[in-house]
Amino acid sequence: MVLGNYKQCVSARATDRSILARAQDGGIVTQLFAFALDEGIIDGAIVAGQGEQPWQPEPIVATTKQELFAAQGTRYNICPNMALLKEATRSYGLDKVGVVGTPCQMQAVRKAQLYPVGMRYVGDKIALAVGIFCMENFPYQGFEAMTEDFCNVKLESAAKMDIGKGKYSVYTERGAVSQMPLKHTLKFVQPGCHVCLDYVANLADVSTGSVGSPDGWSTVFVRTKNGDDIWAKAMAAGCFETKPIEEVKPGLELVTKLATDKITKNQKHVDERATFGVRADGSGKALRSYL
Amino acid sequence: MVQPVAEVVEKPAEKPGDVKIEQKVEVTKEEKPVAEKITAGHVHLSGCTGCLVSLADNYEGLFKLLDDYVDWVYDLTLADVRHVPEMDVAFVEGSVCLNQDLAVEELRETRKNSKIVVALGGCACYGNVTRFGRGGQWNQPSHEAFLPIGDVIDVDLYIPGCAPTPQQILHVAVMAYLLLKGSDEQKELATSYLKPLMDLAKRGTEACGCDLMFDVINQSLCMGCGLCAASCPVRAIDMVFGKPQIDTSLCIKCGACYAQCPRSFLNMDVINEFEGITELVAAAMGTGGE
Repeated sequence: MVLGNYKQCVSARATDRSILARAQDGGIVTQLFAFALDEGIIDGAIVAGQGEQPWQPEPIVATTKQELFAAQGTRYNICPNMALLKEATRSYGLDKVGVVGTPCQMQAVRKAQLYPVGMRYVGDKIALAVGIFCMENFPYQGFEAMTEDFCNVKLESAAKMDIGKGKYSVYTERGAVSQMPLKHTLKFVQPGCHVCLDYVANLADVSTGSVGSPDGWSTVFVRTKNGDDIWAKAMAAGCFETKPIEEVKPGLELVTKLATDKITKNQKHVDERATFGVRADGSGKALRSYL
Repeated sequence: MVQPVAEVVEKPAEKPGDVKIEQKVEVTKEEKPVAEKITAGHVHLSGCTGCLVSLADNYEGLFKLLDDYVDWVYDLTLADVRHVPEMDVAFVEGSVCLNQDLAVEELRETRKNSKIVVALGGCACYGNVTRFGRGGQWNQPSHEAFLPIGDVIDVDLYIPGCAPTPQQILHVAVMAYLLLKGSDEQKELATSYLKPLMDLAKRGTEACGCDLMFDVINQSLCMGCGLCAASCPVRAIDMVFGKPQIDTSLCIKCGACYAQCPRSFLNMDVINEFEGITELVAAAMGTGGE
């Protein structure tokens, strides 16, 4: 299950130049939601809008393309999109909800559907769940420390952040680039990420991320029947330019490597939890496991 | 003149009218074409009937359930049966009031007569709002001890939440049917599906939004997805800087947030099959389009 079940995998980017211009990578999420919104496949999507603090994301229900476009790009800190899963069907009255999230958030979506303990008439309204690749995430304060203390860029003056090639990079409006080695960011990772065994959002309808594709492109896994159906429609409408994943560098090999690295590292942590505490008689007094 | 008087005297002396009616109901049920149904019922203790309404809120799904899978043998509001009969699955709504002998007796009878006892809803699982009862209310001022049913009997499975959702009740009902009447493969799936809810029953009879702090954040398991906030029926949970912040004065102790949290349990053997299971339930309900 390193890469999860998928029907197809391609390298892709949006054909809409205005989306691409402001995209983190290939503009896949925004383009796919914009298409689904146009076609009535979704009535709105839960995406990461702008929160109170600079570069702090806050979940919003976007019901127009303008709202989608305003939420473009990655902000490397926690955005609890699932908090709006029910609200989107209530205050916003959506019958067909789109939602984007990290692998753990896709797990939350599926648990909400299979075990809808507090999710009355919500599960069947989730029309498109888009997952994004994720190695780990940071609390806002950790992200702030990385950007301001290590990279010496005030959050207000940052134009884009990026993680790739072993570095955390911050770009400013005036073109300066500050970087820090990824290994120094590890102390800021939220601890809950260390028990996660999913890198490429195995449970999404469609999952995407930059890893595996050239700059400006994204790797896309189409996973479910529903995802396949919507992706096929989007392709037919000319939303995406694609290349076979086998023909791009670094390709699936790198995705597989990073996914395996994450799973191996975190499985070790999960195993260690079982014997973390020790009772007087030598038996384990564990940290709780959830799997 | 003499004979009619004798008849009038005889009738009240016999009096087992209830039993006769019960037998008649069963006969008509056996005439239905479906061979293998499970028997289930609803036991109403100190609850608001919201859980039962939630079951009914499956709309046509409820009819399908009753037509094809379940004989509903006991229910204060739907079945004319006085005493808790033997059944496969008993859905118990409400906490049990220790100050009311009849409630305790009925609960014990339920345990004795049921293969599987399901605590349906927050009150039966954790006490929920009845935890706040302090007695002194009309018209039973001496009723003050409302306990989750697990404090009195062994409970097999929890469906937390206030109200529990129609979909969660339906999923449990379908899985219980597969567990008791399905193929080996279906039994295996049903066992995997139901296990976490059975584990919840073993976990205890106390719940609070604090569970998110004690058993998720304090255990370094929270990753800030926000699903707890979505599941809370009283909006007692805010996501602040990516983590749940609980207003405990609003919390009604329904247990939904912790049970809904993907880091309370995540049985990947079931969750990975989300597409298949969703189709299975849809097919069982006759609503599957594909």
